[in-house]
Amino acid sequence: MLDEAGGLRAMTWVMAIMLFLTLLAAALGLGTRQSANALERQLAGRLTVQLVEGSPASRDALAARTLAALRKLPAVRRATAVDRGQLTRLLEPWLGSAVGDADLPVPAMIDVDLAAGADLDGVVAAVKRISPTSRIDRHQRWMSPVSGFLDTLTWLALALVVLMLAATAAVVVLAARAGLETHRATIEVMHMLGSTDLQVARLFQRRIALDAAIGGIAGGAAALMVLAVLGARLAALGSQLLGGLMLGVGDWIVLVLLPFGFVLLATLAARATIVGALRRSL
Amino acid sequence: MANIVQFENVGLRYGTGQETLSDISFTLGSGAFYFLTGASGAGKTSLLKLLYLAQRPSRGIIRLFGEDAVTMPRNRLPGFRRRIGVVFQDFRLVPHLSAWDNIALPLRVAGVPEDDVEQPVREMLAWVGLAERAAARPATLSGGEQQRVAIARAVIGRPEVLVADEPTGNVDPDMADRLIHLFESLNKLGTTVVVATHDLQLLSQVQGAQMMRLDKGRLADPTGVLRYPPTARGHA
Repeated sequence: MLDEAGGLRAMTWVMAIMLFLTLLAAALGLGTRQSANALERQLAGRLTVQLVEGSPASRDALAARTLAALRKLPAVRRATAVDRGQLTRLLEPWLGSAVGDADLPVPAMIDVDLAAGADLDGVVAAVKRISPTSRIDRHQRWMSPVSGFLDTLTWLALALVVLMLAATAAVVVLAARAGLETHRATIEVMHMLGSTDLQVARLFQRRIALDAAIGGIAGGAAALMVLAVLGARLAALGSQLLGGLMLGVGDWIVLVLLPFGFVLLATLAARATIVGALRRSL
Repeated sequence: MANIVQFENVGLRYGTGQETLSDISFTLGSGAFYFLTGASGAGKTSLLKLLYLAQRPSRGIIRLFGEDAVTMPRNRLPGFRRRIGVVFQDFRLVPHLSAWDNIALPLRVAGVPEDDVEQPVREMLAWVGLAERAAARPATLSGGEQQRVAIARAVIGRPEVLVADEPTGNVDPDMADRLIHLFESLNKLGTTVVVATHDLQLLSQVQGAQMMRLDKGRLADPTGVLRYPPTARGHA
């Protein structure tokens, strides 16, 4: 009933660009959340026990006792003594050939992987009972700045998505108002013929939903392609840290559903605008 | 004869200016034919706007189909507007719709199923002599043809009241005669017709029609006594 001349309207392109950017922001948020979760899973259950003893013999004995005690704990999934040779290689750049000296008080180290939901404090207490001077490094603590940064990125991405959706709604409101102005004469005639506000709003809704859907398909397809390419390149990097950025099945479902939400948002914004504007007329 | 429209001491003021209409009181009987006359600027169009609910009065009482139209909530107006057919002075055809779609508009607005739209539209086009011009857009129609499309659109929903604002203003005398006959035939089917015109020649063409004359926003015959009683009409 409204003039459909004009073919692919500017609104369609705006919608495509908005959705493209929204999907990228959403993917960033979902990816960083995945990464933060993966980091959390990997590091939350890991710790390293350092046993410092002057005498190599008593240090090795203490390490053996501690290792045996740790392996008996149900909270411990795996406990492994770090190989002396590996430690030596790690320290060699700093200590030079002296690192091979058996009298050098290099601490014995035990890597511990905890079972899921394990009582970390209980494990620490068990180690301290055997060796009160031992030092226990929780890996989670080392990575907490990284984890915090990833959380910040996730929240930033969420804020971007919300801003993009708000901007989209604003664009729809402006387009609907402009449409009302353009079609004022037709709408007045329709009102005089007994048309209700909702009937008029439905015309605009349908039109804006169509624009949003076409724009959504274009912008969504482009964004999903970009994300697929980025995902493939990320996977090819083989990085343990960046690997967490990969999107899961649930994330892809969210991204695919987002355009539908986008069209719904545009439709509702158009309806609210038109009905609100018409209410001010007779 | 039942009264279908009742105005009591109605006044209309646009903004803060002087009243365009003052102390308008009259009643319209169901099934009668009325001419509303007066010089340009007398307030004919403003009065018609009140009648077809495009405007609310600044004061007074308007009763339409037995209900108070002044305080009527907005959401009830569409239902009442569907009972009134309007032929606008400037036609107000929707420019991007064909003659067919313009005429079908009231039925579509009323939610008539598409299958039930075709036959009445075809009949209307034949009635106004535009069957061959169904696909034409308003811009390609002559003034008279546009006028007839506007009339067909106004009457297709079988309104109880037909309001026409200077319907013969843009057409030659022959076409004016034909249009008046169209209104008369509709009136004979029971529709109350109100035609605003400054062409006094038209008045003599409709037997039994009544006249209301506006002068500077006031009814020249404020008592509402009209020249011809509506009972003079055969169908009344």
